[in-house]
Amino acid sequence: MSEYIPLETLAQKAQNDLKAINDKIAAGSLSVKDRMAIPQQEMPAREPKKRAREMDEVAMGYTKEQAIVEANRCLQCKNQPCVAGCPVNVPIPQFLAKVAEGKFKEAVDVIKTTNLLPSICGRVCPQEIQCQGVCTVGKSLKDAEKSVSIGRLERFVADYERENNLATVLEVAPETGKKVAVIGSGPAGLTVAADVRRAGHTVTVFEAFHKTGGVMVYGIPEFRLPKAIVSNEVEMLKKMGVEFRTNFLVGRTGTLMQLLKEQGYDAAFVGTGAGLPKFMNIPGENLIGVFSANEYLTRANLMKAYNTEKADTPLFTAKHVVVVGGGNVAMDAARMALRLGAEQVDVVYRRTKNEMPARREEVAHAEEEGVNFRFLENPVEIKGDENGKVNAVTVLSYELGEPDASGRRSPVAVNGSEHSIECDAVIVALGNGSNPLMVQTTPGLEANKRGNIVTDENAQTSIPAVWAGGDIVLGAATVILAMGEGRKAAASINEYLSTKK
Amino acid sequence: MHTIIEKRQLSADVYYLKVSAPDIARNRKAGQFVLVQIDIDYGERIPLTIADASAEEKWIALVFQTVGATTLKLAQKKEGEKIAAILGPLGQPTHIEKKGTVVCVGGGIGVAPLHPIVQAHKQAGNKVIVIMGARNKDLLIFEEEMRALADELIIMTDDGSAGTKGLVTEPLKALCEKEPKPAEVVAIGPPIMMKFCALTTKPYNVHTVVSLNTIMIDGTGMCGGCRVTIGGETKFVCVDGPEFDGHLVDFDNMMMRMKSYKERETADMHKCRAQAQADALSNK
Repeated sequence: MSEYIPLETLAQKAQNDLKAINDKIAAGSLSVKDRMAIPQQEMPAREPKKRAREMDEVAMGYTKEQAIVEANRCLQCKNQPCVAGCPVNVPIPQFLAKVAEGKFKEAVDVIKTTNLLPSICGRVCPQEIQCQGVCTVGKSLKDAEKSVSIGRLERFVADYERENNLATVLEVAPETGKKVAVIGSGPAGLTVAADVRRAGHTVTVFEAFHKTGGVMVYGIPEFRLPKAIVSNEVEMLKKMGVEFRTNFLVGRTGTLMQLLKEQGYDAAFVGTGAGLPKFMNIPGENLIGVFSANEYLTRANLMKAYNTEKADTPLFTAKHVVVVGGGNVAMDAARMALRLGAEQVDVVYRRTKNEMPARREEVAHAEEEGVNFRFLENPVEIKGDENGKVNAVTVLSYELGEPDASGRRSPVAVNGSEHSIECDAVIVALGNGSNPLMVQTTPGLEANKRGNIVTDENAQTSIPAVWAGGDIVLGAATVILAMGEGRKAAASINEYLSTKK
Repeated sequence: MHTIIEKRQLSADVYYLKVSAPDIARNRKAGQFVLVQIDIDYGERIPLTIADASAEEKWIALVFQTVGATTLKLAQKKEGEKIAAILGPLGQPTHIEKKGTVVCVGGGIGVAPLHPIVQAHKQAGNKVIVIMGARNKDLLIFEEEMRALADELIIMTDDGSAGTKGLVTEPLKALCEKEPKPAEVVAIGPPIMMKFCALTTKPYNVHTVVSLNTIMIDGTGMCGGCRVTIGGETKFVCVDGPEFDGHLVDFDNMMMRMKSYKERETADMHKCRAQAQADALSNK
């Protein structure tokens, strides 16, 4: 774990680094060797112990100098592995070149040729396994963590554009008179809405919740992705003419077939996400104080329950919280628990740190903030008091055995290792299944045995004029993969509508 | 936004609201419910059962008791005012088919959600016996509607101020003892009443449907806050229910879970009541 460095120190260092770069350029040019020697710029973050009790965003974003310095680390290599590593193929070297020149607005315009939500992706994409995972700089330094910080730069230019009110509403082609229904306003849905609207089609986005943004507003916490940023992106779509209908649950308020056959929609995109929390099916799971991570996070994020003065949605207050799971959602829940007043938060994970599916950065942030990790343990029972309130979790110890189908070493329970962790709340963060509502209420919509909608290579479903993408197709994945699916679907929808009479 | 078309006070703390909701009115079926939210930023989402609806006139009727922050604020709304958000219809509809005699038991405010189910069973050609229960005469709601619909109406009150003094389980037991036994019993009311209705019918092996109203947030299966134990398995009231086989429901676990936020609810009631009194005083 690296030591916490405050913003002021990082900013000062960047100024010195930038001066050195400018001196080199003035003296001739920056060689590859020079570029490789530029120190990687760290992301300024708020002080760990303080931020752990507040909802404000943790990562503060680069300073201008940091951005220019970091962008100069890009070698502008010929084969551009980063572009192929990006699910939506952002022209990364081109945008980095603009940043290096200090042309931040031009840089964000380059990104927006393929990615409409850079302020979101710059924050929540797992760059370390995508663009940065294959970066030539990281490869040369034999450490992917030393790759060019593409995500941080993406965020920087997107924030620069928004904070300086430079965003331009995307151009919309002349009205075609065709109507498209987008079901779900998460990352997949918003991407489809933008791309289809740009082609001149009328777009209505249907959202079951009272706020738009899907998992970006109910799931991902404010301290990782400020809600104002998500609503800003939605506002841009509204300015393009996209209509949003909240509190409309397709399948119940109106069925997909009603939309297509009676309401005059020519095509539909289903991006309803993975929204059915998995539980452990162990004794005591229905005691008071046991939550799915979805419930815990939705109460705090979407329903604003952390604001106990204003919000009507109550919060369950707990001093010692146990979070079960090792993914990003588990990290969000653990860090949220601290912000909601927990004195101790333990993350229980049945493998070790190396096997955790959560992003390194999220794990590091959680550690800095004081989240305690208990590896190689897994709950077998939850115990409660006479009022049905949780007071302990019984866990078994594990050791790592042979690698399983996923390539991770599978945990094996140690006989007789049962012991107990005292706590007053348990949050289960073991992933989500797919919500069956669309399939149940749409005759002919084909799903696999996991409940995911089946699509072809163009994201088209078993029903003509219906496309699907994001977690409802992929199973629980990431924002950027959902957007990648959305782009593919939108292209196919636009082509379909251009030939449809 | 949904306009309040009509508002009536049914008893001391029970209200009836007829609200415009064209899509919900068109697609709703007996047994389904909605989630109501008064304030988009800070309001909570509470489940309320649909008590009546007209697809042609594009409205649904909601009946609620003032028990928390949202219901108290809802009770203060006037005709012509708007409700910020109503999501629905949610949940699985009641299974309706012609099956003979159906006994519908409604306790307290549970008579309201029972109303569309009685309507549907009548339409399907069933003989419907309605048992209504309340603490006293003043707390009986929907009596006229039920009298008009039911083939037979039995009223029970705790104090004998209307109908017969006693519990709804007494006539229910008597009906189960007679031959032919009822084809089905539908019981909606306080959890404790539903629990005892299920216990009453169990020895006679009469299929008993209960409708659960647990704590919910999204109402679409996403949070699991409404989960209950049905025959040893975890089910979600919002998407698997709200109706379940009463003989399989773990009522004790459900009642325990419904107390999760008891302290906060009590505090809210005090706060809202104090605010309402202050408002009333300042209006004078």
